[in-house]
Amino acid sequence: MERALPALGFEGIEHVHVGRMVELEAEDPERLGELCEKLLANTLIEDYEIQTL
Amino acid sequence: MIWGVLQFPGSCDERDALHACEVHGDGARLVWHESRDLDGVDGIVVPGGFSYGDYLRAGAIARFSPAMEAVAEAAAGGAPVLGICNGFQVLCEAGLLPGALLRNVELRFRCHQVELIDERGGERLSIPAKHGEGRYYAPEEMLDELEGKGQVAYRYAEDHNSNGSVRDIAGVTNERGNVLGLMPHPEHAVDPLTGSTDGLAVFDRVARVAA
Repeated sequence: MERALPALGFEGIEHVHVGRMVELEAEDPERLGELCEKLLANTLIEDYEIQTL
Repeated sequence: MIWGVLQFPGSCDERDALHACEVHGDGARLVWHESRDLDGVDGIVVPGGFSYGDYLRAGAIARFSPAMEAVAEAAAGGAPVLGICNGFQVLCEAGLLPGALLRNVELRFRCHQVELIDERGGERLSIPAKHGEGRYYAPEEMLDELEGKGQVAYRYAEDHNSNGSVRDIAGVTNERGNVLGLMPHPEHAVDPLTGSTDGLAVFDRVARVAA
């Protein structure tokens, strides 16, 4: 992606990162960390961050 | 021995795996992913493809299937388990094998014949590989431990590591050696018609350890 951007005329863009965002509603937000550890993230290769709205 | 080949929605190499198992063993049958019962098979192949679409991460959903629970139990009991490509990713996600598979270096899907070295006997195998997420990764200390315990099963020969795997690792085993995963496809190399029968050595290797 980073290499494709200059070809489209977007110069000066670096450190491009593609991530994943999962939106969900939870009755018990306390368990979201466990959910991330068990399924949503593979912590060997991925980091995760939980934002509550 | 009788092999069972798991079939998930999105599997695509289970037919070739079934054929390879028939050539290698005394028979083979497909095991549907919702089946908790492995139907008395002696060994299991977790085949390649895109189980459940690989939407979250390759292999991340398949590990929770009833059939995989049964595979985990069979593996704990010493049964031979061979994970190929997506099957390797599933076994890593399930914690039955160490490490993880990342997108290939340069993010390119690679499809070509590769040469592998069997880390035990130095045997050189010619086997096709085809994947977009086959870059083996594990932290340095885990890699040292794997090498120390002889868990690196196959490495890409010089100039054959096109996906960027750490330390040229193409396949690993669990500590006991009865669970083996690799990215290249031994099930596509069991008939002289397709250029190589070296894939049978991979089936042999996992079957022998478990015997």
